[in-house]
Amino acid sequence: MAQRTLACTGCHGPQGKSGPDGYYPRLAGKPAGYLVNQLRNIQEGRRHYAPMQGLLVTLNDAYLQEIANYFSALELPYPPPVAQRADPAMLARGQALATQGDRALNIPACTQCHGTALTGVQPNTPGLLGLPRDYLNAQLGGWQTGQRRAQAPDCMAHIAKGLRDADVHAVTSWLASQTVPEASRAVAQRPALAPGASAIACGSAP
Amino acid sequence: MTLAPNRHASAQWDVQAPRTPWLHRIAGAIGALLVAACVWVFWGADAWHERTSVSAAHLGASAAPSLEHGAYLARIGNCALCHTAPGGAPFAGGRAIETPFGAVLSTNITPDPTQGIGQWSANDFWRALHHGKSRDGRRLSPAFPYTSYTRVSRADADDLFAYLQTVTPSARPNSASPLAWPFNTQAALAVWRALYFWPQPASLEPDGASPVAGGGGVNAADAPGPARGKYLVHGLGHCTECHGKRNLLGGLVPGNELAGAVLPGVPWHAPSLQDPSQAGAASAADTVALLQIGAAGGRFVGGPMAEVVLHGTQHLTDADAQAIALYLQAVAWPTSPVARPAQTSNADPRAARIYEDQCADCHGKEGQGQAGAYPALAGNRAVLMAQPNNAVLSVLHGGFAPATAGNPRPYGMPPFLLQLGDADVAAVLTHVRSSWGNQGAPVSALQVQQIRRTQATP
Repeated sequence: MAQRTLACTGCHGPQGKSGPDGYYPRLAGKPAGYLVNQLRNIQEGRRHYAPMQGLLVTLNDAYLQEIANYFSALELPYPPPVAQRADPAMLARGQALATQGDRALNIPACTQCHGTALTGVQPNTPGLLGLPRDYLNAQLGGWQTGQRRAQAPDCMAHIAKGLRDADVHAVTSWLASQTVPEASRAVAQRPALAPGASAIACGSAP
Repeated sequence: MTLAPNRHASAQWDVQAPRTPWLHRIAGAIGALLVAACVWVFWGADAWHERTSVSAAHLGASAAPSLEHGAYLARIGNCALCHTAPGGAPFAGGRAIETPFGAVLSTNITPDPTQGIGQWSANDFWRALHHGKSRDGRRLSPAFPYTSYTRVSRADADDLFAYLQTVTPSARPNSASPLAWPFNTQAALAVWRALYFWPQPASLEPDGASPVAGGGGVNAADAPGPARGKYLVHGLGHCTECHGKRNLLGGLVPGNELAGAVLPGVPWHAPSLQDPSQAGAASAADTVALLQIGAAGGRFVGGPMAEVVLHGTQHLTDADAQAIALYLQAVAWPTSPVARPAQTSNADPRAARIYEDQCADCHGKEGQGQAGAYPALAGNRAVLMAQPNNAVLSVLHGGFAPATAGNPRPYGMPPFLLQLGDADVAAVLTHVRSSWGNQGAPVSALQVQQIRRTQATP
């Protein structure tokens, strides 16, 4: 399968370990449902990247699923996090947003859907650790502008549009500064809803 | 300056001539011709077309159309590929079809009563296919290739219509195509049709069996011969729409319907289906494999044809694929030794290094490829075509062979558009086109730049 997917690893790095910069995210070890959703989002124009869309137009659902399964099953060590130059107050704000959310702004905690350890939830919700800050910023920005979309209801678009720029920087700086835990794979189930928190409808993770 | 009157003209003419400058007379004649042309274009041509092509009512709708056959025809005619927007509901339209005059947006052909064709009759549908007119009489854009579909038989049209009436309705509204004036007018379409649209004699059954002539045509299922292949290639398959040479106004050049052409927008070169140095088919078995699997003889289809194979031709029955192969074999030119430019002797060490670093792992040190996975570059027609567009686009964009039932897990080539500059792509392709016995012309950085410029930037 590695040989069949050289078209992917040309940019996403050997074994889908991630590209040399923040632009091409890691594929290895991400939940298969999440990966196949992204393949379809790009194929069908909900996420925009012309070179990748061009690669996917000749593939069918069964093969996209197989490609997703292949990268999902890869076990590769994560590099240590890159030290962030953000000031402590900003990192504290980021941590609060990620782990508790902000009721006043109607922003749920990242952990509510992405798992208590933020390593993702099977099969459709990705982990948020081990990703460069630039990549995280680009995704939240993409959701704010509509450049990145997911199956409706697009929960992340809703959340990202509620975030102020300073909050985007705070949360991405904190996420990018965290070490990926030993148990890096997505967990089986979402954590129980925190008292007072309300559930969110997500088309991509029903 | 005074012009002498024509001495052979009548006396009356002689008298009037000095008072009517020649310029006026010429202008008058041109004016009369224009009026005649307009009358012909707006009324005559269409009326003549309708008469000579036998009206829809004359043939009458099939009593019991076959849904199953209609579904098959929709697949091999690839209706959904153009009539579905990326990520949109099937057959609900909205995909942009590039033409030299701008993009034309495909329409909703689901059975939705207001936005789709739910209120159409089989006669309306036949008229659109055969005569290129909508239910309300509007002339349709030939981006909907009625120039080919005019050859579709009434029986096939009815089966197709019956099937389309069963797909899930979508209320997606149609929107006007972003064409500039005058290309967005009915007048422009009238002129174009008068010049380039030749409705074919209507036939009830496939294969040109004409109910008018009473000539019992060959039944398609019984005789998968070249006649059936021709019917598919020039009719529902609408192969000539990409593979046919067009003039400046977008009309197909008669006699060159399979001669190959560069596509508008994306500069893929749809190769000649006759020229053996392009895609002229020497082997019927290879054509069948290419259409049904997307791979033949260690090579794979790429570019827009890969989508055509994925959504359309892979569903061809063995009999129909064979019929097309036999027809293409019959029209292919005989192979003859081609005069090639002299082999370049000045091997470029930089190009050889790029090949070694980026290409050789998959395509082999001697361009021999790997069976079943990566195509050979030595002796590969697609690499050697005089027009290097497809080779350049393959390097820039990479791609997977279509994931067909016969090749469900294709291998992929990465895009190199961000890694290799124009000069690098030109150098490595020139190297490939002049190594291992290949004798193709060099590719220049300017050619690469021009092709790259037409593509959307990431």
